[in-house]
Amino acid sequence: MAVAVTQAPARPFARPRSEHGFWSWISTVDHKRIGILYGVTAFLFFLVGGTEALLIRLQLAGPNGKILSAEEYNQLFTMHGTTMIFLVVMPTAAAFGNYFVPILIGARDVAFPRLNAFGYWAFLSGGLFLYSSFLFGGAPDGGWFGYAPQTIGRFNPGHGIDFWLIGLVITGIGSLTAAANFIVTTLNLRAPGMTLMRMPVFVWMNLVVSFLLLFAIPVITVALFELYFDRNFGSNFFNANLGGDPVLWQHLFWLFGHPEVYILILPAMGIVSEVLPVFSRKPLFGYSVVVFSGIAIGFMGWGVWAHHMFAVGLGPVANSAFAASTMFIAVPTGVKIFNWLATTWGGDLRLKTAMLFALGFIGEFTIGGLSGVTHAVVPSDYQQTDTYYIVAHFHYVLFGGAVLGLFAGVYYWFPAVTGKLLNEKLGKLHFWLIVIGLNLTFGPMHILGLQGQPRRTYQYPKGMGWEFWNGIETLGAFIIAASILVFIFNAVKTMRSKEMAPPDPWDARTLEWTIPAPPPAYNFAEIPVVHARDDFWHRKYTEDENGRLVRIPAGGSDEASGVSGQGTVATEHDGHDGHEEHGDGHGHGIHMPSPSYFPALAALGIMVVAYGAVYHWWIGAIGGVILLAGIFGWGNEPLAEEH
Amino acid sequence: MQRRLGGRGRRLRLAVIPAVLVFLASCASHAPQDSLKAHGPVARKEDHLYFIVFGIATAVFVLVVGLLIATVVLHRHRPGRPDPIQVHGNTKLEIGWTVIPALLLVGVAFPTIFTIFDLAKEPTKNVLPVEVYGHMWWWEYRYPTLGISTANEMHIPVKTPVRLSLRTIEPGLPAAKGEEFAAGVIHSFWVPPLAGKQDVVPGRVNKLTIEADEPGTWRGQCAEYCNLSHANMRLRVISQTQSDFQAWVAQQAKPVVVPQSGDAAAGYKLFTGRGTCIGCHTMQGVEGATARVGPNLTHLMGRDMFAGDTFDITPENLNRWIHNPSAMKPMRPEQGTGMPNLTATGPHLTDAEINQLVAFLTTLK
Repeated sequence: MAVAVTQAPARPFARPRSEHGFWSWISTVDHKRIGILYGVTAFLFFLVGGTEALLIRLQLAGPNGKILSAEEYNQLFTMHGTTMIFLVVMPTAAAFGNYFVPILIGARDVAFPRLNAFGYWAFLSGGLFLYSSFLFGGAPDGGWFGYAPQTIGRFNPGHGIDFWLIGLVITGIGSLTAAANFIVTTLNLRAPGMTLMRMPVFVWMNLVVSFLLLFAIPVITVALFELYFDRNFGSNFFNANLGGDPVLWQHLFWLFGHPEVYILILPAMGIVSEVLPVFSRKPLFGYSVVVFSGIAIGFMGWGVWAHHMFAVGLGPVANSAFAASTMFIAVPTGVKIFNWLATTWGGDLRLKTAMLFALGFIGEFTIGGLSGVTHAVVPSDYQQTDTYYIVAHFHYVLFGGAVLGLFAGVYYWFPAVTGKLLNEKLGKLHFWLIVIGLNLTFGPMHILGLQGQPRRTYQYPKGMGWEFWNGIETLGAFIIAASILVFIFNAVKTMRSKEMAPPDPWDARTLEWTIPAPPPAYNFAEIPVVHARDDFWHRKYTEDENGRLVRIPAGGSDEASGVSGQGTVATEHDGHDGHEEHGDGHGHGIHMPSPSYFPALAALGIMVVAYGAVYHWWIGAIGGVILLAGIFGWGNEPLAEEH
Repeated sequence: MQRRLGGRGRRLRLAVIPAVLVFLASCASHAPQDSLKAHGPVARKEDHLYFIVFGIATAVFVLVVGLLIATVVLHRHRPGRPDPIQVHGNTKLEIGWTVIPALLLVGVAFPTIFTIFDLAKEPTKNVLPVEVYGHMWWWEYRYPTLGISTANEMHIPVKTPVRLSLRTIEPGLPAAKGEEFAAGVIHSFWVPPLAGKQDVVPGRVNKLTIEADEPGTWRGQCAEYCNLSHANMRLRVISQTQSDFQAWVAQQAKPVVVPQSGDAAAGYKLFTGRGTCIGCHTMQGVEGATARVGPNLTHLMGRDMFAGDTFDITPENLNRWIHNPSAMKPMRPEQGTGMPNLTATGPHLTDAEINQLVAFLTTLK
């Protein structure tokens, strides 16, 4: 094959070979291990961001809170928002995408395995860089939205905002490479017969998200650089005194920021669209409508950004236009909700934990969606914007929605990744605690917002009528924290247990359940040939003339063929991805890309460059050398080693 | 076990969510900043729309959650039940739940857009113009037709549309010259009982109309994050009968009454001299004391609160404030945002001098 190497060039470093231990994780290019890295890292950031939230709630539990100073509070709410969006929800979605998109489309890896690794390391570098600001004189305090000009000059002394700006640029690099990789993988590496309209909805939503990232990340990157230039080089994008315009930042930020909302929620919608049919034992109701409405949301998401700016003074014409577009983006969202309900209607609902989370998603997300429609009513939004009403809204969308949806994915796919089933009793305890906790935490925020409590205030005085519900919210936050402890206990207990899940434990529908769990490095011994949407299901079941389910007597025999495969069928696939088909394939003649240190080295270089951007040019020069070394080594090593 | 847990959970959900809704509608009795208790026509129009959309949203919510509960109750797995019929979709139903919500939203869009334009109209009759300046972190109000200015507490006559021009700093003011970021940061002026918020954006002049039905004190605060002391940038609007308002205007227009003896007289000397107070504060009637870096203090004691409507005006609080303002309210005077500690910098005021200053300040009726 094309990439076969006849003569290994002399290189200063030996190619990593280890398959276990620390260095194997640093050098892995396996999409599944990268997915696990994304997931575990995002969960650790979730604990950090959650701890920040608990501190915020403690401070606000009563009037005139004294636990945090104004400065500390402002840093914590900035870091909480930034963390949860960029370092938790986005990478958790990337974890599922990395792990399952190739498997769900019947591929052995992503299109660019080393770029995939680089994406993870860039995300980690950006996150660590951002958090290192706590050690270097204070975290950013400009809010996750970083409005100019309170983030510039004498209004924001110190380096916190620089860490925020550069940190987000770095995580953005990771997101961009991941997006490009997912798009190429999804479009080019699908197994024979896996037409676009046979793809699982999760793959579709991941594809839509990848396009959103591809176009949205450059917008925020431009804005971040402009703000960095304003801060450090005296440029004048946002300084009204010298002819700049602070509103320009808002347009750039929200032109990214609103598609970003859909970047956060669409993967969870995809997961729910996978989970509901499996546990209802019915196909997704109106597959093509669900897919199309996801795409419609992706397009319409670009036309609603100024609803974050109704009180800025854009004028009645602009406000009316964005009110209308914001109302009508609710239509495709509502369509999805009704299609999900119709999926469960008449089904045979198995209320496993994954299903509970998916059903919980529908209920909680509906609350967030409906309060979102109330924001589109501009005159009433004049009252509600920048109050706790908004905080309630987006937590119902991002916690009640995205986080519950992602947990549905965790419980659903845990056996596919680990071969073990999470404990159902603990899972249900987790579910009910988190649902009660989130409604106690975020429900009263609607009331407080309407009662006039503004966001981003480190204290509120006595006598405003806000004490009671703030106290309840703090209680709710700790119930959420307890639910997360239950989850951690469950995960640790399950991983320590030797009990293995049966194959296909949920009687599921899609390709990830046709392979062993945990899957081998090459996923499929034989690349499957796909004959239908929900292909695995149709290998097991057919329908009689009344639409009733009939089990095919010899159904679900794919594992057997997988074990005996000799890699011969796989050759029809290698033209796409350039993987070698000879050499080590664990007995299957499948050659997977070799591990590499260089993606991680390149990402490390970027991190050092970032310190240069905050402090001294010579640190940046060192980082530049590391980055170049990483890219040079990467470019000069073959994808797969000759053995 | 599984069934029992699920059933209990449903009851919990049934209990929690309506409780939230009930409280949404009813629990706002003692919240002075309540946005749903309108005391003027602008806030009333905004609330009116909210109640319409809230009603529709509640109906949709009840429908969706009702269906969700119904599907779980009716269709949960029971042993021995045959496998479900495999329904793949239903075009008519799907068109229905696309078109019906769209029509519902058209119904909401019309009154929304109508009200947007209605609220944007310039009031014509009997209008009182007031210029609002957002500082870090307090509010300055100037009444161009009346020739007076005050801080944090805005007095308005009842049943009169008050047209606010919102900006961060006046172009051409001494502080704006040669100072790179003199225009300040974004704030948002918000008095929920009277009107929704309007941002105060450097380089722009935004407009907002407020109007009060009856005399009263209406609480509000800055609603756009303006960094460090955003939480301490509060305000109030005091609506008065025409005659009370005229009396207040007449009082505000008066120059300072210079105290003739005692600590207050010494304080006046400090204020206008060594203490450097007039470098930042206006004192009507004193030559050259027209600075607007800090609030106009000529009639300080006519106000209830100070420092962005944060602290009661008492001699003790004023004393503590002058000793070290940033210890009471987080500020960054070294960056030019907030009042400096004048015991440690500049005039290095002594305790005795601060007592004299406070004695003077408390005469400023």
